[in-house]
Amino acid sequence: MAEKSLRQITREGLWGNNVAFVQILGLCPLLAVSSNTINGLGLGLATLLTLVLTNTTVSAIRHLIRPDIRIPVFVMLIASIVTAIELTINAFFNELHAALGIFIPLIVTNCSVLGRAEAFASKNSIVRSLIDGLAMGLGFAIALTLLGAMREMLGAGTLFDQAHLMFGEGARALRLTVFADYKGFLLAILPPGAFIGLGLLIALKNLIDQQLERHHEAAMARQAETTGMASEAGQ
Amino acid sequence: MPLKKMLLSAALLGLFATLGTALVAYTYEYTHERIAQNERDALLRSLHAIIPSSRHDNDPVADSIEISDATWLGSNKPQQVYRARQQGKPVALALTAVAPDGYSDDIKLLIGINYDGTLAGVRVTAHAETPGLGDKIDEARSDWIHGFADRSLSNTTAKQWQVKKDGGVFDQFTGATVTPRAIVKAVRKALEYYQQHRDELFEAGEPPVQETGQETGHG
Repeated sequence: MAEKSLRQITREGLWGNNVAFVQILGLCPLLAVSSNTINGLGLGLATLLTLVLTNTTVSAIRHLIRPDIRIPVFVMLIASIVTAIELTINAFFNELHAALGIFIPLIVTNCSVLGRAEAFASKNSIVRSLIDGLAMGLGFAIALTLLGAMREMLGAGTLFDQAHLMFGEGARALRLTVFADYKGFLLAILPPGAFIGLGLLIALKNLIDQQLERHHEAAMARQAETTGMASEAGQ
Repeated sequence: MPLKKMLLSAALLGLFATLGTALVAYTYEYTHERIAQNERDALLRSLHAIIPSSRHDNDPVADSIEISDATWLGSNKPQQVYRARQQGKPVALALTAVAPDGYSDDIKLLIGINYDGTLAGVRVTAHAETPGLGDKIDEARSDWIHGFADRSLSNTTAKQWQVKKDGGVFDQFTGATVTPRAIVKAVRKALEYYQQHRDELFEAGEPPVQETGQETGHG
């Protein structure tokens, strides 16, 4: 099996094999906190940090662990690292902790973390695992933020509401009112809105992929045509 | 041979369990004081927001007692009463109470009551209401909770102590009536409890012990 280049790893994490849109992993936190942009962004960043740390650690010890005990070892590592992150956020970013509350310990249940440890980090070098963690985490964070933005806009007519909970008082001005005097659309904020929103985003991604492919095919065909004509002219 | 392999696996598993525990223990050791401090700060901030420190000269956190009354305070767990005094005279108190009938889980409240029975203010200290709907009870998210200030059992009748939908004076939220209704009820009950027990609430407990280090950093 040919090793993937770092660029390929990045591309897969962000787009081709995106945790939320393609692997459809980590749905529990994804659907629970994406009711507004800031919560989505916050949990996305926390997951990103977790993925980078767990991937790197798992990769560093990959030669030490035996196949028959790898899953319990991964689970213990992930649980310890997440707990350490939670305590640290609680101590040093108390406001963020208040905003994200119980969702940080929930990262343990995000199967994409264990999934990446098992599928990638246990078989690849530290640098590559770190890049994979970064790319996968970033892809997940972007998906969460997008879904959050979409639900907040449809549900409440605003964007970046309560940014001050995460970035301090100065960020209060970030709040955008997209639709003035908006009455609110309840469904978008409630859990069904999360499923519908995620479905729409996945559909959009597939549509873009399809367009790109068609574009690519057309370009190939055109190229084949011109080379064909050139060779005919040459004869 | 299999025995040796098993033992090795067990030893490795044990090693990683120890390492994981060590990491958590170390982080806890390093952060727990700060976390406790954060919680104290948050409590003090809420306390000061509803009973400004200019109104009292004691330390309400040091001058606190525990009470327990499931019928009126919404929980059978002990609740805190923080008492504010000016030159030994009672000014106001803030008590914790629980609204047990919110949309999801208990809503924890800090209710400030002036000596004369009017509300100094109310704050939600912990809740799990629906983000974007019921969470407007949080002061950081909307100023709904400010609507309680200056209300009392005498200037607001029992019928008015309800959300507007039920014929009262308190706003509900679009799509979330259960949450405000639960809080209005919990605050009213706390006021009734206060009315019946005012003197014991201020007199109970040991005379305040002056604690050092607690009062620094604010005032």
